[in-house]
Amino acid sequence: MEKEQKHVAVIGAGIAGLHTANLLAQSGHKVTILEKEKYPGGHLNQWHHLFPDHSSPEWIISGLLDEQLQFDHLKMISSTEITSIEKNNGHFAINAGNELRIYADAVVISTGFKLFDARQKEEYGYGLFKNVITSADLEQSLKSGQPLTTASGKTPSRVAFIHCIGSRDAKCGNTYCSKVCCITGVKQALEISEMLPETEIFCFYMDLRLYGSKFDDLYLQAQKKHKIQFIRGRLSEAAETHDKRLQIKAEDTLSGRPLRMEVDMIVLLAGMEKNEAHQMFSSTKLLELDEHGFFKSKNIQLTRNETTQPGIFIAGTCICPMSVNETIENAGAASILVNRYLEHQQLTNHHE
Amino acid sequence: MQTETSKNWSQFNKDIANDHYYYLRSCIRQNFFPGSEVAFLDILRNKLGKTIYDDASHTTCAGIGYHCDIVPFETIQALAARHFSLMTEKGLKHAVVSCVTSFGIYSEILDTWNHFPESLEKTRNALRKSTGREFELPENVVHCSDIVYKFRKEIKDQAKHTLTNTKTGKPLKIVDHIGCHYAKIFPERGVGGAEFPKVLTGMITAWGGETVDYPERRHCCGFGFRHYFVKNNRSYSLSNSKKKFESMEPFQPDAIVTNCPGCNLFLDRWQYTLEQIERKTYGQQGQGIPVLTYEELAGLVLGYDPWKLGLQFHQVEVEPFLDKMGIAYKKGDKYKNLDGKIIGERPMVNELNIV
Repeated sequence: MEKEQKHVAVIGAGIAGLHTANLLAQSGHKVTILEKEKYPGGHLNQWHHLFPDHSSPEWIISGLLDEQLQFDHLKMISSTEITSIEKNNGHFAINAGNELRIYADAVVISTGFKLFDARQKEEYGYGLFKNVITSADLEQSLKSGQPLTTASGKTPSRVAFIHCIGSRDAKCGNTYCSKVCCITGVKQALEISEMLPETEIFCFYMDLRLYGSKFDDLYLQAQKKHKIQFIRGRLSEAAETHDKRLQIKAEDTLSGRPLRMEVDMIVLLAGMEKNEAHQMFSSTKLLELDEHGFFKSKNIQLTRNETTQPGIFIAGTCICPMSVNETIENAGAASILVNRYLEHQQLTNHHE
Repeated sequence: MQTETSKNWSQFNKDIANDHYYYLRSCIRQNFFPGSEVAFLDILRNKLGKTIYDDASHTTCAGIGYHCDIVPFETIQALAARHFSLMTEKGLKHAVVSCVTSFGIYSEILDTWNHFPESLEKTRNALRKSTGREFELPENVVHCSDIVYKFRKEIKDQAKHTLTNTKTGKPLKIVDHIGCHYAKIFPERGVGGAEFPKVLTGMITAWGGETVDYPERRHCCGFGFRHYFVKNNRSYSLSNSKKKFESMEPFQPDAIVTNCPGCNLFLDRWQYTLEQIERKTYGQQGQGIPVLTYEELAGLVLGYDPWKLGLQFHQVEVEPFLDKMGIAYKKGDKYKNLDGKIIGERPMVNELNIV
């Protein structure tokens, strides 16, 4: 009995989509990746270094793209946005903006996340005060290779990192933890400290959720070697002073005292939010979203990558916030479930 | 708890009725700077052509007593219900509240009734039993500063003066201070939300001025009901105001404008106190920073006589600000009463030498 080649559509060419696509192609399936941007790689294209090893994300993206070259039956279509997905007789028709229609036996959604818009935390002045930047802005600055300066070109003598921007915050509607920001803050604080050893660095946190392998090592290194100060307290506000520095107010909850200080630069550790494109899938009742707007898994314990719709799978940060290595692992798991589904479909068809 | 989120500060907007208002006056504003409420009514009726009913029958909202824990919540609900009943009697649905404390009180009560309909029923029964009155819920409850904000462009179109320093041609730098109970309790009920409220800055910029974003902008004026009235902790109040003055001083503001009676009073009077205690003033050329209400600011822009607006009721002398705006005024008229008789001058701040 010869195996009929199945076609899988992968929506989103971030690392989750690329890795799932490669593994499915390796299993012999025909794969089409649809990407709305011009280039694949997603958010990682904007990132300078990854935790915990300060490696460059470029080799991950280029590695995944190089791997693609060995598969003739894998195709990527970029600059293409999906407008709808229809399901007929267990097969899917995917419509894209430029009158493109693709038929597939299974669909993998790997549309990723949206970076929290830090302007929503208006009390911290992002978008108003030039020396308030986000963790993503800092990565771009580090990536440029230029030394870090304030808006007026001075070397900052004091930098404050503010954790949990748009995470675990009912005021902005996101009550969940974005998980990767704590370690991102520690990593970025270390990078600034290495670049500017004279600069004083403060991290204002609620909890430090350093859950991953080697994350605590970075935290200890930050405290012991780099003398980065970790203050357990959330900022109430940041305001610009007459000389364009920033006055911050917080409570040091360990000493139980209010704190007011001036810094030259604030880095807001912006969290991960639902991708607004998810709404399209839920409005047509094709898929269900969870209470935070991420895709709902069929079973959160056993089948994280299966959606509530048979034949549609999810991979990466469209499920929930994840680090790079978790995303890669998650994409691998997604490909196994897709394979299982397609094999089952093949058997069922032959029995019929 | 998951609350409705703001997208960002510039997207905050609120529904402000266009006409046919019912006026809810402020106890303390009528005493501290009565000219402001008079000016508000005059601007609305005679400059903007709106109707507003000024009701002699309404009473205090008892908000200060409530915040000092001496008036129970049930009582202020009944008082608010009576005011709504008076409004219903006049066939009006748009409440316009003069005081920020009252605005917070009405907002809190309406929100409570929305979440706990049984407390609305209880209040209806209490009002019925005690007065025989019935009431309808207002369609729109706004603060007077919301109305002036709404019609800031119409006011600009009739302006006799702008917020410009006529000697230098530069915009006057004006600090805005919003009452805490205007937007900090219910951010969505304030124009621009709680962090960057637009209600006063919108007026300042529309009339040609420049706003000042100084570090302690959102800090309390220093009033605070409980620590001021109940604990009588005046030095705490003073130190909060001082913190604000020190923070705004480097920006060299020409004036402060407020929308809350308490803020206006404290930011004004404490400057005098600090001058007396520490020999320190925060304005330009050794003077204090004049503190105006938004109605007074609108009145000056519209060409009202400063003394008819009641600017002499403020502790910090307003003349330097009038001079900058190029407003002509008669010095001799400052301390005249309504019959034109001089009631006696008070000494200038820097002439008071208390040893």
